[in-house]
Amino acid sequence: MGTTLSRILTSRRRAGRWHWTDVAAYTYLCIGVILMFGPVAWLALSSFKTQAGLLEFPPTLLPLAQKEVVVDGYPQPLPLFAATLEDGTTRHLAQVRRIGIVAQMVDPSDPSQQFRVPIERRIPVREFSLATSNYTEPLQRFAFMRFLGNSVFVTVVATLITLLINSMAAYALSIYEFRGKNTAMVLVIGTLMIPITIILVPVYLVVTEFGLVNSLWAVILPGAATPTGVFLLRQYMLTLPPDLIEAARMDKASEWQIYWRIVMPLTLPALAVLAIFSIMWRWNEFLWPLAVLTKTEVYTLQIGLNAFQGELQTQWHFLLAMTMVTLIPVAIVFVFLQRFITTGIANTGMK
Amino acid sequence: MAELKLVDIKKSYGAAKILHGIDLDIADGEFVVFVGPSGCGKSTLLRIIAGLEHVSEGEILIDGHSVVGVPASDRGLAMVFQSYALYPHMSVFKNMAFALENMGLGRQEIDQRVRRAAQMLQLTDYLDRKPKALSGGQRQRVAIGRAIVRDPKIFLFDEPLSNLDAELRVATRKELAALHGQIGGTMIYVTHDQVEAMTLADRIVVLRAGRIEQIGTPLDVYNRPANLFVAGFIGSPRMNLLPGRVVGPDAIRIGNEPHMIAMPLPEGLHVDDEITLGVRPEHMDVTARDDADLAITLDLVEHLGGETYLYGSTPGLAQITVKQDGQTAYQRGTRLRLHFRRDAFHLFDVAGRALRAN
Amino acid sequence: MPGVEPLPKTTARPSIVAWLGIPFVLAMRIVDYPMRALQRALGEQRMAYVFLLPNLIFFSLFVFAPIVINVIFSVTGGPALFPSERPFVGAGQYAYLFDCGSYLDPSTCREDHFWRGVANTFRFTASQVVAMVLLSLLTAVVLNMKIRGRGFFRAVYFFPVLLSPVVVALIWKWILQRDGLLNAGIIGLGGERILFLVEPGWAMFWAVFVSIWAHMGFYTLILLAGLQAIPSDIYEAAEMDATPRWRVFLRLTLPLLWPNLIVVIVLALIRGVQTFDEVFVLTGGGPGTATLMIVQYIYETAFSNQVQNFGLAAAASVVLGVVLCLLTGLQLALSRRKAA
Repeated sequence: MGTTLSRILTSRRRAGRWHWTDVAAYTYLCIGVILMFGPVAWLALSSFKTQAGLLEFPPTLLPLAQKEVVVDGYPQPLPLFAATLEDGTTRHLAQVRRIGIVAQMVDPSDPSQQFRVPIERRIPVREFSLATSNYTEPLQRFAFMRFLGNSVFVTVVATLITLLINSMAAYALSIYEFRGKNTAMVLVIGTLMIPITIILVPVYLVVTEFGLVNSLWAVILPGAATPTGVFLLRQYMLTLPPDLIEAARMDKASEWQIYWRIVMPLTLPALAVLAIFSIMWRWNEFLWPLAVLTKTEVYTLQIGLNAFQGELQTQWHFLLAMTMVTLIPVAIVFVFLQRFITTGIANTGMK
Repeated sequence: MAELKLVDIKKSYGAAKILHGIDLDIADGEFVVFVGPSGCGKSTLLRIIAGLEHVSEGEILIDGHSVVGVPASDRGLAMVFQSYALYPHMSVFKNMAFALENMGLGRQEIDQRVRRAAQMLQLTDYLDRKPKALSGGQRQRVAIGRAIVRDPKIFLFDEPLSNLDAELRVATRKELAALHGQIGGTMIYVTHDQVEAMTLADRIVVLRAGRIEQIGTPLDVYNRPANLFVAGFIGSPRMNLLPGRVVGPDAIRIGNEPHMIAMPLPEGLHVDDEITLGVRPEHMDVTARDDADLAITLDLVEHLGGETYLYGSTPGLAQITVKQDGQTAYQRGTRLRLHFRRDAFHLFDVAGRALRAN
Repeated sequence: MPGVEPLPKTTARPSIVAWLGIPFVLAMRIVDYPMRALQRALGEQRMAYVFLLPNLIFFSLFVFAPIVINVIFSVTGGPALFPSERPFVGAGQYAYLFDCGSYLDPSTCREDHFWRGVANTFRFTASQVVAMVLLSLLTAVVLNMKIRGRGFFRAVYFFPVLLSPVVVALIWKWILQRDGLLNAGIIGLGGERILFLVEPGWAMFWAVFVSIWAHMGFYTLILLAGLQAIPSDIYEAAEMDATPRWRVFLRLTLPLLWPNLIVVIVLALIRGVQTFDEVFVLTGGGPGTATLMIVQYIYETAFSNQVQNFGLAAAASVVLGVVLCLLTGLQLALSRRKAA
């Protein structure tokens, strides 16, 4: 038992043999797939159900809706049922109207045939159907597009500012020798330990002083100078050969030119990693925007979604669809850049 | 093109003194090579001239104007780095054009200059490539091209051939010499390889531990080394340096050898003065006659085909190297009698300074 | 020249990138003029200050100054936001926070919500860290095995890391609600409906569970990187020495993975202490105060209660800051001991 168990633990197995530890590993991984993907898949499926479909218990797996048929002589499409008739046969009938506990029904293929069926003897005929109105309606009814726009604005502008000022600082701290360099480094390291949760109130004061409360700049600016970003970029810039910088100086380049024509292009891989991280941080940021944005028109997606879940407790169909919309950009980023992100995290240990 | 004058250049990092006062005049159009063992300060001196290092004390004059305090980018010099320092994200063309763009030249002028340099260096077909798509030799030539297009006052080379393989090094060396002939230009070249120094230089500056040991033409330095260090450093295989003692007028004794060697001594030497006798390997003959100065037993014979190196020893002396032209039949253990040519030997006093016969 | 062989020409970059680059290049060219003037005035080495300046402005405005102001807030009282309008109360806020009959029983404290937050955060963090380390270690080890589809499985465990806390909480809220998927399953199997987010014990369990679900991939990745950095010849040497495999794991793998484990443990601790968003959206801190965390207490005390009590919130966050500093110190101490 000891050796077989540790075979999983040490992750070494002889090639070619199908050991029970492999089975255990695959079982574990498959449970993992269900546990990790399942909830998201369930969200996706649920977000296409109608409001009535969502209230059903037990829930159906796929989004279903009652089938409707157009019957000659009736202007509206009629709901379709499988009705059990008095003679015991089961037929698909369209319901014209319901009176008390009896439904007046008609055969869709032959509208002249009419039936009266007790309502407990008919079952709705359902088909797979996507309630896309869950997505389209909130776009019109709520300021959802506005939230989306705010989130995109915050994410893009904040990421650009972050890339610019952090790469400038990293450049200064990696290429130059100057008085106060160590102090600057210590300050940067020190701020690594100070998350915004700790200084929520005073940052709010600073933002108020600048008159930025309820402005998107209040969300963008405080997090623009990230010590993690400076570190990541500096580590990368330290690997550039100093000869390159000196060669550029001999080539009469100004220091600013060395920064943007030599160092920036060569730091692109690290800049890309930081850009992805910054996009993720900004898109998902919650506590600070929650504190500083109190007017609906400046809500970001996350704050808007949180507000929805307060207001729309009974309207899960909208809420789930909005959640899906918030999730989609991240899903796209993940699909295309997964390997990039994971190696970035593994190399830097940041998130 | 320009002349350079260094006056009492000193450099120290904290307590560590790297350069102890370098004085040097380099004429317009001259090719000067700084040579010395690693750590001698030759690269630091070059970087001080370039403006990449600050000078602690002293004066640097280019065409009579002091450039101390002038940043590298404003000195108008060009440098070829040991690592080439090509900008990896730029094409060959862009690499060469970068400095010209910084100088504010027009597009046409830049194009013209880059193409001319590329032609000179046979790089025309590679102008669109990135450095990583080039061979080592090609990268080297791009680095040189980057300097040429600038038409700088002075070219600075920091061990530019040390990253090339032996064959390419020889070829590029010859090209560099040809290039200097073609474009003229004041060139300062740093190397630890004395063959490069000998073949390229108009004048060699031999440095050790932050001091100039000797300045002179290659043959000057070879034929008349100023001291023991230069004698041992210039020439390959290195000169045999045999400690000895004056035993009479025009007579010395080396090591523990019993007999005296008669040779003309310069004035000012007295009996019992300690001296060092320097004889280059090619200035010793194997002899059967009784004019032999020294007898050795061979430890090792190296056959190079065109020449043969014999390494032998005798009690009381360090290993002795003898160069023989052509091929020989000597073997390990053979006992040889050697004669020092009287027209090509060197004597050094107890402080290591060269003593001249006349 | 010898040794020159024709090499393939490099292909041109896609032109879209070039077009996007034009505004960038223009902006940088324009900035070069003032920068050159500055460089003439300062000299090239002192240009470092210019490059550092924007970042330092941001740091000092949004980090350094707030740290100082935070302390000022915590020793002043009243509802005003501007420090000059706030009366000095000395250690009053702290005394109020720490005014307890017994620290082990939050209900004996004057500010019982804070202490419930402390107790909840402690329970949450302790159980979350233990489960997180064990699960991510197991997952990393399994993912490090030579199995088909490793990349896919790694992606599966990793992707929730990218989801926003709000989305994560809503996904699970939907599953855990009264008529949710989980209850349907339980009833289908003949069990009884459980109100997961209404019963205090269950609410805390799911808060921990959801947090692990969302962040496990991150820690797994750190451990996986550590496992992959262990050279395979060490295992081969152990195999030549006929080392039992459990000993290989305990004596080789674990010690070599120790630096990564420290990172995982301390990061999980630091993040656990700061937990807010997932739990806040999932349970709102409820039922009652069963899942109220310290950060939620700070946020609500400062921003969402009728009386915005900035002083008390600041005092609480100074306490939290001290705890985080201690944890970071722990990390430094542990990794330094390892390095020594």
